[in-house]
Order: sequence, then C-alpha cells, then structure tokens
Amino acid sequence: MADKNVIDTTLERETKQYIVVNIGNEQYGIDIGFVDNIVRMQKITRVPKAQSYFKGIINLRGEIVPVMSIRKKMGLEDDVITDASRIIILKIEEKGLLGIMVDEVCEVVTLNVDEIDKSAINTNSAKDNFINGIGKNGESLISLFEINSIIEEKESNS
Amino acid sequence: MDVSQYLEIFIDESSEHLQTLSDCIMVLEKEPDNKDTINEVFRAAHSLKGMAGTMGFKRMQHLTHDMENVFQEVRSERISVDSSMIDLLFKCLDAIDQYIENVKNSSDEGTEDNELIIKELNDFIAKANGQAVEEAAPATNEGSAEEENENTSDELQINLNEDEMDTVKSSIEGGQKVYGVKVTVSKECLLKAARAFLVFRAVEEFGQIIVYHPSSQDIEDEKFELDFGFYIATNEDEDKIVAAVKSVSEIESVLVKEVSLTETQQEEVPAPVVEEKKEEPKKAQETAPAPVSQKNAPKKAAAKPVTNRTVRVDIEKLDALMNQVSELIIAKNSLVSISGTDGGNSSQTFHEQIEYLERITTNLHESVMKVRMVPIESVVSKFPRMIRDLSRSLNKKMELVMTGEDTELDRTVVDQIGDPLQHLLRNSADHGLEQNDIRKKNGKPEIGQIYLNAFQEGNNVIIQVGDDGNGIDTEAVKRKALEREIITPEQAEVMSQKEIVDLLFMPSFSMAKKITDISGRGVGLDVVKSNIEALGGDVEVKTKLGVGTEFTVRLPLTLAIIQALMVEIRDEKYAIALGSISNIEDIPVSEIKYVQAKEVIHLRGSVIPLIRLDNVLDIESKEEEPESLTVVIVKRGDNQAGLVVDKLIGQQEIVIKSLGKYINGNKLISGATILGDGEVALILDVNTLM
Repeated sequence: MADKNVIDTTLERETKQYIVVNIGNEQYGIDIGFVDNIVRMQKITRVPKAQSYFKGIINLRGEIVPVMSIRKKMGLEDDVITDASRIIILKIEEKGLLGIMVDEVCEVVTLNVDEIDKSAINTNSAKDNFINGIGKNGESLISLFEINSIIEEKESNS
Repeated sequence: MDVSQYLEIFIDESSEHLQTLSDCIMVLEKEPDNKDTINEVFRAAHSLKGMAGTMGFKRMQHLTHDMENVFQEVRSERISVDSSMIDLLFKCLDAIDQYIENVKNSSDEGTEDNELIIKELNDFIAKANGQAVEEAAPATNEGSAEEENENTSDELQINLNEDEMDTVKSSIEGGQKVYGVKVTVSKECLLKAARAFLVFRAVEEFGQIIVYHPSSQDIEDEKFELDFGFYIATNEDEDKIVAAVKSVSEIESVLVKEVSLTETQQEEVPAPVVEEKKEEPKKAQETAPAPVSQKNAPKKAAAKPVTNRTVRVDIEKLDALMNQVSELIIAKNSLVSISGTDGGNSSQTFHEQIEYLERITTNLHESVMKVRMVPIESVVSKFPRMIRDLSRSLNKKMELVMTGEDTELDRTVVDQIGDPLQHLLRNSADHGLEQNDIRKKNGKPEIGQIYLNAFQEGNNVIIQVGDDGNGIDTEAVKRKALEREIITPEQAEVMSQKEIVDLLFMPSFSMAKKITDISGRGVGLDVVKSNIEALGGDVEVKTKLGVGTEFTVRLPLTLAIIQALMVEIRDEKYAIALGSISNIEDIPVSEIKYVQAKEVIHLRGSVIPLIRLDNVLDIESKEEEPESLTVVIVKRGDNQAGLVVDKLIGQQEIVIKSLGKYINGNKLISGATILGDGEVALILDVNTLM
C-alpha cells in the first residue's frame, strides 16, 4: 500500500500524502514517503544509557529497529500504551529504519499544497520545532512532522 | 568484450607486482648483489609494463619501461645498486602506486607524467654507459623467456576441420598471409583466459583470427592448459605478430609459422602445419580429414582439466551468504527453544534431529567464516617500507621484525586494522625509539628494534606492536594530566602505573602536543583505540621506562556470530561473549569484602572486584538481597571482574546485530541479538565494564 502511494505523490506534484496519527488529543501528519511500515505495539527491549527518548529496540522481521517516543522527544508526558498504539517505522536514507510510537493511526489524507499553512509555526516553542506546517483536512487541523528534526540528536528543552 | 572488464584484474595484479617490487627493493638495499632478487625485480617490472601497455595506460607504461631499463643495466652489471638508486626506485613505486590509485578511482591513469622521475631514471642509465635505452626493450623479452624452461614443442598442433580449411584457403587465395600461432602462457599465470583475450586483442590489430584452437568458447572458459593456438589472416609480417603477442605479460613463448597454400593442398591432411611425429603416419593413412579432427579434438579437451584452486568472490556475495547463515541460526535457535519448552512431550528423535541441525549450522557457520578469513599479510606487508622511510626521515637507525603475517582475520577486520597498526608503528619509530647516540650512551644496540607479532589466542587474534625504546615516563604523564586538570591530585596519588598509561588514550590528551615532547607518546592514540574498539577489539599498553613499550591489540576472530552465555537480570536478558568468561561462581553474600569502599570477592587467591550489573544498567535494585549471588567471572587480559546476575539461562550461539545509528553514547552494549522466540537481547561489552 505504501509503495503505491509513494508513486502517487510523485505523479501529482501539487499534492502530498500524509498518514494521520493521534498523539495525545492532537492530530499529526507524517509524510508517507518516509513511512516504511506500521506495526502493532510489541515488546520493546530497553537499552540502558541510551538517550531518554529512546524506548528501546524491537525485532522487525530479523532487523533491529530502535523505537523512539515522539512524546518524550517533544517534551510531552510519557506514552500510555493501549490496543490502538502503533509503531510507525520510518525509513530514513542515511541512518536506516527508525520506529516512532503513536497513540493511534487514523487515516491517510491527500493534502493540496495550498491546504498546508506554513505561517502558523512558532519556532520558539519546543514542540513546534518538529512541525513544518499545518494541514487543513476539512474541519480538522493536522500538524505535519518535520522528519529531519525528529531524527536529530537534540532533545526538547522542556 | 572490452578492456574494462579486465580493469579489476589489472588493479589486483599490478598491486601484487608493486608489492613484490617493494619487497625486493628492500632486499636489494641490504644485499645489492642478490642475483635472484634482481631477476625477480626485473620480471615484476616487466610484467607491470606489459600490463600497463595492454590496458592502454601509456604514462604508466612509459615509467615502468624506463624503470625496467635501469634494472636491465643492473642485471648486466653495468651499474650497481646504491642508496640513491634505491631512493629513486621507491619514488617510482610511489608514482606507479598513484597511477594504480587513479585507475581504481576513475578507470584512468591520470595526467601526471612523472617526467622528473623518468629523467632521473634515464640519467642513471646514461651515467652507466650512455647507451641508447631502446636496446633494453628487446633484451627484456629474451630475459624473461630465459628464466622459464623451454619445454614446449616446436611445432604447432592445430587441427582444422573442412570448414576451417576452406576459410584458411580462401584467405590465402585472397592474397593474405595466414600464420599459425602457438602461444604458451607462463606457468604462474592465474588468469589464462584473460591473457588469451589480451593476446587476441593485440593481434587483431593486424588481421583477422580465422581459427581458434581450442574453440574460442573453451579459451574463454579457460579450458586449456598452458598453450593455445590460432590462425590469423593478415597482411603484416611474422615479426609484428610475435611482438604483439609478447607485449602481453606472462606469455612464455610464441611460435609463428606461415601457412602456405601448397602445403595444405599437397598433404590433404587436416592440419596444415606439421603434426607431432608419432601422429603423422597415422594421419597419412586417413583419407577422410574430418573424422580425424573430430577424434583428436575431444582427446585434447579431456586431457587433464585445469583445476582452479582459488576463486575471487565479491565480498558482497559473501556477506549475503553470511546473512543467510545468520538467519538459519536464528531459525535453529527458535526450534531449540520450542523443543526446550515442550519438555517431556517431544520425542527422543526430535531432540536428536535438533542436535543434528545444531551441529550442521555450527559447521556451516565455521566454513563461511573461514572463507571470509584472509591473512593479515596484505596489510602488514607495506610496513617494512614505511619503517625504512621513517628511518630516513627521522634520521634514526631502526629495524622492523614481523612475525605471524599469516595469521588470519575476518576480511572486514583486516581492511580496517591497517591504519591503527600503522599509527602504532609510527609512534614507536617516532617517539618510542631514542636517537642513535642516546641509545649508544645508554648501552643499547645502536639500531632500534620495532616488532610486530601476530598470533591467535582462543577466539581472538593478538597483534603486538612494540619497540625497545625509552618507554613511557609515567611521572611526566601524571604531571601533565594534573596540569591539564584531567585528574585531581587525590586521584594522582592512588593511580596505578597502568591507569596512568591509560590516560594516553584519552582524547584530550592527544591534542596536547607538549606531552609528546616530554613523554614521547600520545599522538592520536585515542583514535587508534576507538578504531580498534569499533571492530570489537581492545588495545592495551605495557611500558617500562628505559626498556620499551608494547601495545597489545586484541581483535575478535569473527564479527557476526559468537557463542554467548545468556543471563537474566530481573526480567531483562543479556548476552555475554563466552570468550571473555573464565568461570561462574555462586558467592554467599557474607563473603563479599570491601577494598577502598568497593565490593570485591576473594577467589582462589585472587581479589576480584564485583560489578553489580543492575546498578550499571539502571535496573531497579532488588528489595532484599538473596543469600548468595550468581557471579560470572569475566577476564580481559590479566584483569578479572565478577558480574552479578540474577539467573543463568544458558549457552547459545548468537548473531550479533548492530543497534543502528540512532542510539549512541552507549559503550556498555556492543550490539543486540534476536533470540529464538523473537525477543531481542542486548550484548554486554565486557571490555568497557572493566
């Protein structure tokens, strides 16, 4: 499924597809081009002395994949794992696979570029460092993740 | 077919020849009259020239040609080897090395003409006798041919069938000359097919090859012994063809005979060229030419197939194979864990089969590992030259003695161990060894000794690099560390010699150039250490002031799969490499003693510090301490430590996987592994714990 969508985005330049996830009571969008896979919550092996926002590592079909708590990275309260919790596996060119924990995966939306508002971002807010735009999907607003700042080393200030 | 597919061969072979040259010139420097070595140098230079020529690298060919001329003069004893010549030759080698490097990177030799070197080379020859250099070239071919045994028959033996006869005839009738050519490749030649191809390419400039013997397919598949033949239709002279063939290196001899039309018509036998004497009468009796050639052909093909003893394999393919073996072991482990949980239910045979599978996978793993093993020779062989150069530039007399060059290591380790070793050797040469006059004053032999010993020890390969220089002045190191506030005066008081020496491996230390002048050590040792640690190894240093310094590099034999002991701490599982475990003990809590407020145990005469893994790994402490502790005693060199764990799970073959690039700053964990049930366990790096 992911593959097909990737092709779609390249065909129509003016639109971008995002996977919409719930974190807390907000909706976030992840550029589908980065998404390799979505897996259910599974046993995460803790790695001692790792950066605090890393939950640990999982076995993804024989590959070791680190899992990050996006909540901790953004300075939110710790994850509450439910049946709806998922790990989104991102594929990042130079650093390999990375899993990020989300509360729930909602849907895939196609946003026109003119539906994305880049002006509303306050770069001083710790949380907004990870956002590169706000997408308008009908009535609801989706914060769009800036993948590069997610994989960056630095921890949020708060 | 084009030359580019032979680029790799060219690069490999020319590097080999270059290494030979370098080794030989080193020998020549010591024994300028060694005839064998001079001949060997000559051959290597000649091969290099030929190879560069066929690949169309004119500049490289030019340089090697002039180099060869110098060797020619040496061989004929018109000039003798002296140190200025050796220096010049090494300069040449560096220049050639640069060409090869360029070829490697861009498939082109680059534009550097090295005219200066060439001029110097020619000056040498001119100095010797002022003769024209061209003379040397033809002599060369004789030279290399002389070395080999002339055991090939003088006659060509190529059988032609009717079709081929017709081709030959029509070519002759068409006014062209047809030559039968028989080429014998040198016995040492590894890639005969490539040589044959190069020969064909060379002669095809003059005419068209009309008949191949054996067939071109067979030649391509290397289905021939030392010789092969062909018929060529051309307008050129015999000499030109001979010269063209001889321009290809590793060709031992070439026989060319012109085929005349009369000959073919008169004899009416398939072979226009004289057959071996015994076969001739038999041929004459035959009336039908075709069956004869058919009868003879298979006989030839069946004669002693050429067996290849080695194959070059792309490292990526080996990696893929290794990964598959890893997968197999994971699958096997999960079978083992199922059979374990089933308990009494599963049948006896099931267990037996599992054990059988276990044996097979272990053997398979070993075989694959062995395939990946290469001797460290490929890395260390460049060191004598380096030490020689250092000796010159530092103006210190020194000698490098190496042992155990045939010690084998995993390919990936060998590829990356070069730089750290080079660094250690440079350190020894530059800072370790004293100046010659100081050595004399201290009653040491004038020539400084540097050594590199490699050997296998259990699951590790040990490489020792050392010198008989002045050693490390630990007091000076301590002073410097205090000055730079790396340690406090209190710390300095209690530090052992070893701890002080270890300070040299700290990153901040290497930046202090001053310490180098005082203590004579500390240049980039942290880089050496981190490089070696990245390979899963470690480095230790022993030193004695006035006597010398020795660095011991310990490297794992394998990188991918190890035997490990699985342990449990609370509900977390960890793997400890079996190679670093010396024994396992149950220690009653009452036997724990305290030294400098640290927990130790006294075990069979030695005091071993205890490491509480739960503390180190940030695991919640147990509410109440049990009466006795399970302690895994691990060793690293002469050091021991006792790791406190909750439970032992058992021994297991584990596949090491990297944690990836995201999680960092974690020296305690050297990797992760996937257990039989799919769970992930972390691998403890014992070396950093101690």
